[in-house]
Parts: sequence; structure tokens; C-alpha cells
Amino acid sequence: MKLVYFDNSATTRPHREVVKEVSDCMENYFGNPSSAHRLGLGAEKKMKQAREKVARLIGALPQEIIFTSGGSEANNTAIKGVITPGCHIITSKIEHPSVLRVLQKLEKSGYEVTYLSVDSRGIIKLEELENSIKDNTKLVTIMYVNNEIGSIQPVDKIVEIVRKKNKRVKVHIDAVQAAGKIPIDIKKLDVDLMSLSAHKIHGPKGVGALYVRKGIKLEPLILGGGQEWEVRSGTENLPGISGFGVAAEIISSNLNEKIEHVKGIKKHFIERLKEIDNIVINSPYDDNHIGNILNVSFEGVRGEVLLHALEDYNIFVSTGSACSSKKVSEKNYVLPSIGLKECHVEGAIRFSFSYINTVDEVDYTIEALKKSLSFLRRLKK
Amino acid sequence: MDSKRIVYMDHAATTYVKPEVLEAMLPYFTEQFGNPSSVYTLGRKSRSAIEEAREKVAKAIGALPEEIYFTGGGSEADNWAIKGAAFANRAKGNHIITSKIEHHAILNTCEFLEKQGFEVTYVSVDENGVIDLEELKNSITDKTILISIMFANNEIGTIQPIEEIGRIAKERGIIFHTDAVQAIGNVEINVKDMNIDMLSLAAHKFYGPKGVGALYVRKGIRIENLIHGGGQERKRRGGTENLPGIVGLGKAIELATADIEGHNARIRALRDRLLNGILEKIPYTKLNGHPEKRLPGNINVSFKFIEGEGLLLLLDQSGIYGSTGSACSSGSLDPSHVLLAIGLPHEIAHGSLRLSLGDKNTEEDVDYVLDVLPKIVQRLRDMSPLYENFIKGGR
Repeated sequence: MKLVYFDNSATTRPHREVVKEVSDCMENYFGNPSSAHRLGLGAEKKMKQAREKVARLIGALPQEIIFTSGGSEANNTAIKGVITPGCHIITSKIEHPSVLRVLQKLEKSGYEVTYLSVDSRGIIKLEELENSIKDNTKLVTIMYVNNEIGSIQPVDKIVEIVRKKNKRVKVHIDAVQAAGKIPIDIKKLDVDLMSLSAHKIHGPKGVGALYVRKGIKLEPLILGGGQEWEVRSGTENLPGISGFGVAAEIISSNLNEKIEHVKGIKKHFIERLKEIDNIVINSPYDDNHIGNILNVSFEGVRGEVLLHALEDYNIFVSTGSACSSKKVSEKNYVLPSIGLKECHVEGAIRFSFSYINTVDEVDYTIEALKKSLSFLRRLKK
Repeated sequence: MDSKRIVYMDHAATTYVKPEVLEAMLPYFTEQFGNPSSVYTLGRKSRSAIEEAREKVAKAIGALPEEIYFTGGGSEADNWAIKGAAFANRAKGNHIITSKIEHHAILNTCEFLEKQGFEVTYVSVDENGVIDLEELKNSITDKTILISIMFANNEIGTIQPIEEIGRIAKERGIIFHTDAVQAIGNVEINVKDMNIDMLSLAAHKFYGPKGVGALYVRKGIRIENLIHGGGQERKRRGGTENLPGIVGLGKAIELATADIEGHNARIRALRDRLLNGILEKIPYTKLNGHPEKRLPGNINVSFKFIEGEGLLLLLDQSGIYGSTGSACSSGSLDPSHVLLAIGLPHEIAHGSLRLSLGDKNTEEDVDYVLDVLPKIVQRLRDMSPLYENFIKGGR
């Protein structure tokens, strides 16, 4: 079996069309999009097309899309851009570090942060949200889909509650793991800010976007030449942005089919996992969890050991999120927050799928798992 | 009347990507796409590619690899350096010194900090665009925590006395940052010898990809993070690493600094022939910036009696791509802050043209510009009432 890549939530392999677009831009559209001459205008035109494609992915207007260097910058920009000194911010305990670390830092500078807990499914409690909103609350920032367990937050209900309680509160949604994986109609959702990342949808690394609803003024994180309507300065990463546009276009087409395909993979995987004893599924096949992520705890082994055992079969998976892979025990806060016992946290593996994965790859992985586990578990006894 | 000939002389805005750089990047878009933070082989290979690039950047500026942090570009590096140093050292003081001709990534960040209670001194430059060192020394107080002076100016190409500024900063125990975005590949840089504590650079100015840059931070210098996140870049800059971009940056800086002297000699010879030709053929023309201490590819001239915008348009039609000021402010009609700072009156500043030469420019390019440019300037002057009045009254 050739490479089985089941770590698509860490990063994806860029599509051939994306790589072609990136190369083409580097070779033929190298002008600075801000330059007044024709080479610059050509680049500017490419920018416009990419902006339209990314906007279409979430149903936004092109002028509401601000390109960034990635999802983390988008999250940082959104949060630091809307807060006012000393205000109150609401988030959840299972956010990505690019949200949590910003908020922890802000807490030290006199901001007040409420970290909502999640239930055993990994979903925030709406009542707790409602009770947390105060007069000086400025921002609610919640991830759409969790990167480790794939739980889907009820964004529509979150927005409804926020609007009902305090109209001045802005809602930011980190949709890095959601865009291109669930249909998003941002106007219907009525959120104010949304972070996106290209490399999670077969686009290039080093580029992301922040949706900023028309009329919202953001304090820029990066000041300078005034690009991106003064919200994000710096010469535009045209090849990256254009590659993002292509990736967004490809994933948007027949999205529902892609979603069904991925769900089928997960369903099949869970079905076949019945052949393996002593496991716990942390991201069941249901409406509250995305099809792309299957998080399983294997009792009696350490996730990292199993990860490397699978690597011998050319199967690539992850223990948690890639950014915290190095020190699992120290950093894994998501699994404990849904009530997992320590041994289950230790033995957790995240399989994350893309629509380019196949059921055959699942079958191959199951056999590899069986062989690895029987060896590793025997070793442990 | 579209010309078939293309002469790109806007390398200070951005450069093309060298084929070797693109080639080095491509595998990291395809087979080698792993997340550098992933623990398996695919990730580890990505990790070592990044560390290799880090070593190349470090070597190019005489730094240690662990002093290099990759960013999303030069502007991010500048913002990070200034805000990061300011906020981390607030307890020591709130005074920052910079110059009037910095890039807007520095100037706008300093303005932002002024709103946050910092005090900023904007040191003047002389008519050649060189920092007034006396003024700089005199503006240092016991509250000064940071000096940020660009290595070479993006519009007029003037190279600053960085070593002297480094010495002054070191003597007074002040952090010294330099925006070297325009200087990499054009000037020999050694951060240790020059006492530089922080340095910003951007790949797309030296034939590397857009969307990637780096900040050098000397070991021991404390700065706050700008982008918090997943612990990448040794917990200093969150975000999945732009793997192909970083590899491209490494390759580009290696190529750009392999033979700075040879590159400079060639570009300077072309530039000088073009510049001398312009000054000879076009009357009432003034060179902006220092006659000698300037970037090898930079020409910045003011043509009296005409508007730069119109000039740019006609040049464009002839296939010559230049700029009036920096690319980022091309859209604005305000005269360049740099040209005003060197004492140019508004009307002269408006008639300015920047031509920045690069690797691919040839003798034929120079001949072509020297053939086309004087005619265009004359054509514009013939339409200018200012010029008409001058000719009637002045002579």
C-alpha cells in the first residue's frame, strides 16, 4: 500500500491544480499587486478572483475577506482587533492554542475571560453561555469544529443567544476545521468574524483569511502599507492567495457529495473497529461530530507508540493536534475536558480524513491496527 | 500603442522568483507536504527542511540559527519587532527612536504605540536621506528602550550608517532594530559586527517567494509575541509553518548572498550608465538620495514640471515598469514622506520616478529606457503649463 495519509486535520496535500496555480503566479504574475503598472494590475486581478472564490466558500462578499498568513494570524487579528481595554471575552476550554494563548495573555493585561466547559460530546453548554454574557462582554469566540474530536458547535444557536442578550457583542468563529467540511452560509449564521486556513483544504501553507462582516472596524495586528483595506498590511502573498482561491473553488464544488464520502469513510472505520477490543470512540458517527475526524482511544497502548507502529505501515495519523504533538501529556486539554480518563487520553489517536481518502485505505489501516495492537498490547502485559 | 518589449525596473517593489528557488519549493507542495509539527517521518522531514532554511538565513547575516524566526513577511517582522520590544520593555522606559523615512510598517506601528502611551522621536535626515547621527544621539534619554532605523531606504536607496548606530545603541544599552528588507543581497550584513539586535527581512525582495519573511532576534533580547498560537518557532510565533515558503526563503537568501560584490558590480554599472544617461539627456532633473551610499540598483529622480503618475502611465505603455514611490503607497496621491523628508517641495516630489534594477536587466534594457524616457518626459512637459510659463518667463 502506498502512503495512507489520515492526518488531514494537521495539514493536507495541496491539490495538483493548486500547485500549478501557485507556480504559475510565481512565474507569470510576480508583480506587486499594489504597483500601478500592468504587471501589478495583472496581479491585482488575480487577487480579486481569489477573493471571490474564498468568499463563495462561506457565502460572504468579496470585500469581507481579508487575507492573512494563516489561520493563527486570522484568530489573533480577530480577537485583538475588536476588544477594548478591560473588556470581557467568552470562549471555550477546547479552543485552538491560537485563541487560548491570546486570551491567556490578555488576562494578564487586565481583560476578563470566561472559559466555557463542554459536555461529554465536546459541545458547549448554551445555558452557561447565556449566563456568562455581561454588559461589558465584547467578544464571544468559539471554534466551529474542534480539531481533535471534531465536535460541531451549534453556531446558529450561539449567535441567537448572544444577539438576544447583548447586541454589542461580536461573535468570532474559528472555522479552520469547518470550512470546506460543512456547508457554511455566513449570512444565515449571522456571525461577525470567521477564520479560515488554506492548508486544511488542500491549499498552500502560509495563507489564510479572516471574514470581517461589512461595517465592522478592526484594529489591525500588522500595520504598514495599508493593504487589505488597511486591516492587514504587507505585500500580498499572491501565489498563496491564488492557490487558496483554487482550493476553495475545488472543495466548494459538490461539497455535499464530498461530505457524504467522508462520512462513509468514518462510518466504515467505526464499523470495522468493532473487530478490535478495548477501544473507546471519542468522536462518534453522529450529527454532533464531523465526518472528517475519528478520535479513538486504544486501551493498553500509548498513542505515540501506536502512531509510530502505524508509520511502519506507511500510515500517517496523529495523537492530538499537530501543533501540540510533541508534548502530548503536557498539552492535551481537549480530551480531559470531555471527561476522558487519563489512560484513554494516553492511548488516543486521531484519524482525520479528506474526501480523497478511500474505504480501501480504512481496511488496510484496520489490518495494520490489529497487527500493531496485538504486538504492543502483549508487550505491555 | 502597447510595446512588445518589457523592461521591469521595479525590483524594490518585488522581484520575480528565481527558477532554482521555485524548484526548491515544489517538492514541499507535493510529496513533502507534512506538517512540520507532526512527529512521524513526513513531519520530521518538513521540520529538517525548515531548520536547514533557518541555518541559511542565519549564515547570510552572521546570526545563530536559533536567533531566526520565520514570519509571514517583512511587515509582520517589523510590527513584531517594534511592538514586541516596546511592550516587553515597558518597565524600563517608553521612548522609541526611529527616523522620518522608515517604511510605513515601522511608522504606523510607532504611531500606534504613541496612542498606547509610548513616546516616539522621528529623527530627521539630510538632503541625501542620511540619518542625522547627532540628532539621534541627542534624542536618547534614560527612557529610550528601542532604536529602529532602516538599513537602506526603499524609495531613494540611501544606505544608513548602521554600524555607527549599532555602536551608539550598544554603548547606551538600547535595543537596535533595523529593517533590512531592501538591503539583503545588496549590502554585506553581519549582525554581530554591526551590533544589530533585531533585523527584518522579506524573501520577495531578493528573488524569493511572497508571503514569507524573517525576524532575527539576538539571543537574550526579550520581545513579546505578535501571533500567539501552537508553539511553533520555539513558542514565539504561532501558526503552521509556511513550509514551501520558508524553503524558498532559505534558497533565495543563499543565492542572493553568495556573491554580493559581483552582483553589485554588475547592477551598479548598469544603473550608473542609466542614471548618467538620464541626467545627461533630460534637463531639470534631480537625483534623489545619496550619490554613492545607495543601493546598487536604485535610481530615484525628480523631473521638474511633470506629474509622476502620468509619467508612469506612459512608461507602462512602452513596457517600462517603474514606480513613483513605494508600491504600497502607489495608490495614494500624497507625495512620498521620504521625498518630503529630504526637503523636496511638493511639486518636485510629485514628479518623481523610481527605477530599481535587478538581476535580469541588461544593457539593452538601459538603451531602451534611455531612448524612451527622455521623449516621454518631453511630451509631458510640452503639455505642462508650468513648463510653458517657465520657458516663457525663465529664459
